[in-house]
Amino acid sequence: MGPNRTWLLIAPAMLVIGVFMVLPLFLAVGYSFMTANPYGGVTAPATFDAYLQFLYQRDFDDSLVFSPSYALIILRSVYLAIATTIICLVLGLPVAWYIVCQTPERRRILLFAVTLPFWINTLIRTYCWILILRDEGLANGALRHAGIISDPLPLLYNDGSILLGLVYTFLPFMVLPIYSTLERIDPRLIEAAHDLYAGRAAVFRRIVWPLARPGALAGATLVFAPALGSFLAPDLLGGGKKLLIGSLIQMQFTSSRNWPFGAALSTVVTVVVLTVFVIRSRRVEEERR
Amino acid sequence: MNGAKTFDWRHTPGLSVYTALIFVFFYAPLLILVIYAFNSSRLVTVWAGFSFKWFVAVANNGAIRDAATNSIIIAIVATIASTAIATAGAIALERGRLRFGRGAATALIAMPLVVPEIVVAITTLIFFSGLGMHHGLINLMIAHTVFCIPFALLPIQARLRDMGGTLEEAGRDLYADEWRLFRRVTLPLLLPAISAGAIMAFVVSLDDFLISMMVSSAGSTTLPVYIYGMMRLGVTPEVNAISTILLAVSIVFVAAALLVGRRNRFA
Repeated sequence: MGPNRTWLLIAPAMLVIGVFMVLPLFLAVGYSFMTANPYGGVTAPATFDAYLQFLYQRDFDDSLVFSPSYALIILRSVYLAIATTIICLVLGLPVAWYIVCQTPERRRILLFAVTLPFWINTLIRTYCWILILRDEGLANGALRHAGIISDPLPLLYNDGSILLGLVYTFLPFMVLPIYSTLERIDPRLIEAAHDLYAGRAAVFRRIVWPLARPGALAGATLVFAPALGSFLAPDLLGGGKKLLIGSLIQMQFTSSRNWPFGAALSTVVTVVVLTVFVIRSRRVEEERR
Repeated sequence: MNGAKTFDWRHTPGLSVYTALIFVFFYAPLLILVIYAFNSSRLVTVWAGFSFKWFVAVANNGAIRDAATNSIIIAIVATIASTAIATAGAIALERGRLRFGRGAATALIAMPLVVPEIVVAITTLIFFSGLGMHHGLINLMIAHTVFCIPFALLPIQARLRDMGGTLEEAGRDLYADEWRLFRRVTLPLLLPAISAGAIMAFVVSLDDFLISMMVSSAGSTTLPVYIYGMMRLGVTPEVNAISTILLAVSIVFVAAALLVGRRNRFA
């Protein structure tokens, strides 16, 4: 197939994604430099106000006052996304290793079991934890029944429950890439290491981990990026009181009606996420060489 | 196996128990939801016997039926559009000869997987409102087609890579023109993967919440958006029942995609 026909076949995909996804990203950058219209949307004049809002607030007399509340929300989002990534790595690596050690038939079943949650609605998967964690929920019911507590523990609507929801949502994204790099491991490497008196710890440190690292890196990007902009876990399990970037952006287009600020926030998130992906693909290319 | 060897690297003590616990973590919450959905008591957490009544209540709820109808219409349109676009794109990427631009094309098509959902949601909203497009369902169909493309593309691309170009070469040697080659050789071989891709696109569209919530308007509410509204009002048996239905639909479709995709693998 020559280049002309190839371009013809690929044009619809590029056109649809280009027009309806990439163009809107640039449009949002433009919106972020406009003035908010209190009825939604934006008006003239062009300003930097949306970006100033990250650190300052306009006072009644129109002077800028330092106000870090939005910056704190952003920091908290980054912190929770990093925590999610680390927890997923620690939880997911042994699972990936276990699957690699199974027979091909069992591997296929286990891989399906890891993949399946990805295809199940995140809304529903997140809601399940409300059933478990709320005051009248399963966990508090069980603890009360066992006589351990008399008043329900506040398990829901805190950073812990948000973190739990994020890990629950994104753990498969960590297991799968680690698995696919470990799958290619040469058993003779491990046997040779054992013949040279390497114990389990040494085998892990010297052979398994170096091989797993590119997968772990891929998994880390796949977990961090969506965790940073996640909406459902903080909204449903954080009760919407503990704001994260995702819900802050969403609010700007609903209740707060500050489209430029929402567009500015989403531009920053996009830049961070794309940077992470570009750095990762650079690293992968370097390691291939 | 060497009997004298006591070290079996494939067996780490405790790892099977640990992995089992992780799978409990994955699936126990879903199981709990399903069990509660069949609980006849209105007080969700007090078990009062097995009952289908909440499913009946859901089926008789007009608003849920309307939302489900919207979701299915959008999913069907988005599936057909995205699968057609993705099939052409996958063939071009795997079989085409490009001197430049392959990396850029691949990166562009992967965009919907990379950009965070909330960003896609609000930028799409900005785009449609900037154009003055307020077409409810049509806006949603366009938005869904965009993010379904990579999901439909991946299995098709993988299949093209697996089967190699030898059968197509053979067809070309027998003087088949490009169209006949596609109709008689490539398409039949690809059909399982195209079906798998279409099913994946359908599930992804049906399940989408965040983008639908921001793009939909009154009258074009989709099922997940409606369920979210119910959840915001509190835990109710109806939410459990409708969630269980959506859960079952996802599992059935994904299992079907897997089975269909595996068939003909060695053709």
